[in-house]
Amino acid sequence: MGRDWIRTLSRVLYIDLAKKSYWVENREDLFEEWLGGIGVAVKLYEEEVPRGADPLGPENAIIFSVGPLTTIYPMASKTIAAFKSPLNNYFAESHAGGRSASAIRFAGYGAIVIRNASERPVYLIIEPERVRFRDAGALWGVRSAETVGRILREVTGGAGVRSILRIGGAGERLVRYASVMVETFRHFGRMGLGAVFGSKKLKAVVIIAGKNFRIPKLKEYREIHREIYELTRGPGTKKYHDLGTAANIISLNVIGALPTRNFSSGRFEGAEEISGEKLAETMLARRVACVACPVACIHLAAIREEYEDEKFLYKTEFISYDYEPIYALGSNLGISDRFGLFKMLKAVEDWGLDAISTGVALAWATEALERGIISENETLLHLRWGDWKTYVEAIKNIVTQPNEFYQALALGVEEAAKKYGGEEFALAFNRVEPAGYVTGPLYFISLAVGSRHSHLDSGAYSMDQKLFSKGEKLPAPEEAVEKIAEEEAWRQVLNSLVICLFARAIYTPDNICNALNALDYDFTQDALRELGWKIYLEKQRIKREEGFRPTELRLPERIFQTPTPLGKISKEYIQRALETFEKIIGNST
Amino acid sequence: MLACSERLGYAGLTKSAIRIVTPGGVERGFTVIVCRACRDPPCARACPEAALKVRQGGGILLDPSKCIGCGHCVEACDIGAIRLDPETNKPITCIYCGYCAEFCPHGVIALEEVG
Repeated sequence: MGRDWIRTLSRVLYIDLAKKSYWVENREDLFEEWLGGIGVAVKLYEEEVPRGADPLGPENAIIFSVGPLTTIYPMASKTIAAFKSPLNNYFAESHAGGRSASAIRFAGYGAIVIRNASERPVYLIIEPERVRFRDAGALWGVRSAETVGRILREVTGGAGVRSILRIGGAGERLVRYASVMVETFRHFGRMGLGAVFGSKKLKAVVIIAGKNFRIPKLKEYREIHREIYELTRGPGTKKYHDLGTAANIISLNVIGALPTRNFSSGRFEGAEEISGEKLAETMLARRVACVACPVACIHLAAIREEYEDEKFLYKTEFISYDYEPIYALGSNLGISDRFGLFKMLKAVEDWGLDAISTGVALAWATEALERGIISENETLLHLRWGDWKTYVEAIKNIVTQPNEFYQALALGVEEAAKKYGGEEFALAFNRVEPAGYVTGPLYFISLAVGSRHSHLDSGAYSMDQKLFSKGEKLPAPEEAVEKIAEEEAWRQVLNSLVICLFARAIYTPDNICNALNALDYDFTQDALRELGWKIYLEKQRIKREEGFRPTELRLPERIFQTPTPLGKISKEYIQRALETFEKIIGNST
Repeated sequence: MLACSERLGYAGLTKSAIRIVTPGGVERGFTVIVCRACRDPPCARACPEAALKVRQGGGILLDPSKCIGCGHCVEACDIGAIRLDPETNKPITCIYCGYCAEFCPHGVIALEEVG
């Protein structure tokens, strides 16, 4: 094994927010066995977070980790965050790019563990040789995560080689799906890391790079690096750089898989208006990339807006867009007005919310109001499909929580529906609001059993789509579960290296071995696959110990009513899949 | 930046002779700071030890053995294309190898003869 390279990666920075102290430990033991990224994060989580911990209590920890390929190979651009989720009370992970991974790696760390809670608002500046605890009194209450970044850019140093992670109002107010903004336009979006920051009175973390490491086998490295670089310039990444993920709006709508008005349909009549094509034509203003990525999938729209009180006085704002926020705040709320959609997206960005959870919560509230389950006494607003101005107000209410209803909504759609009714159309899987696909049963199975309840856990939405486009029959539920688990296990390898999952078709077991071995590792393809399974099962074991039982999950009735491209989903099919899954996992963990 | 560091065999950001900054956040776009190989380089004139020699075809060549790490060259470059390496206390200067341009997917950086 490459001692030198592992040694540079194995430094774990521990930070105690209560004592305002920090230290570095050499954890070669972890990085040798678990590679990096999610593999190492799972083990650190196990060490740090006791079973039964309150996700918003000081006993929860925030763990960031990167991996052996981070930044030095194309698209190895992601940081893993692991923590106990305040949204569902289980082990959770969230991934983000921007400059976070390069900053952590070249500040000289493979992982950062943030323990305990501060009494007063604080932010951290992490540099190669020190950590500074700075008073965040002047920043606490600054509601826009974007503004917080603007301020920190001026006062922290490290321009060009730093990463700025911070929360907005939603994190401070402990909205259970508050996000952490990374630079501008990237996020640790899902599972409520923002609320965990807020509970620790941690407003921001600035990480500044400064270290350089010798590449062990330079000749081999250059060869394999160039090979992978060429692949990232090829057709495998085209859909991400041309229209970006927003290209999905049309392709999903055409097959009837685009969640519309709270998942009541897979077809949205206004899809054209909010499509990737239309956005590129009318609003796309800039494309940017994470560090080490030649693809540049981040699409920024320019929103030109006239001041209400003065004609010919304009401001222009930039907002990033992707498929998921467009589905969640667009089709799922009946929004086809592009300008309105971006005003909502901007509100979600500023407040520091997760766009998916926010959209799904508002869709449930809209339908509940429509059906008379709740009234305007609760919502305070006349929520209507397509009325973006009212939704912008409602987004604010989720953060400011002016009444009990919004307090409940800030806990997630599951809690809100438990209290007010309408559970059959409250879209959540293990209490997590879903990403936007009504492709078929495999996707929903994956949401139920996936370790982070994300569409990227296993890409099962794409398995559904392939079955549909090839006109193939559904596999037996047992077989479906196996396929989903197999894919998810392999993705643990990618998430340990850490590679952006948009490069999943580029990085094969073969070239990953070559890439690692140029860094003095000694990996075989079998060993990689084995490690993937090991990490996967480890995660499942932890969740099991935390009480997770797939067969006891509440499944929203709605998914059995709305037709998918593969027809209506059978309850029995899903149940059998979940039972199979529980057996496999129960036996092996 | 990554290619420039890697040219020297390093993984990292701070040994790069190129810097990328955003004048006020990503939404304002990026500024790529790279030596433009001046015909009449002020940095060379500012060097008290003649460690920076004017290069034929523009730009400078560094003789590290003469450099005393005073940083006058950094001050002299208004573009900001020279920084001191904190590890060696010598300037990080472009050597005009063009390796970075090979890995610039959008042709923002190119190696050209200075006219």
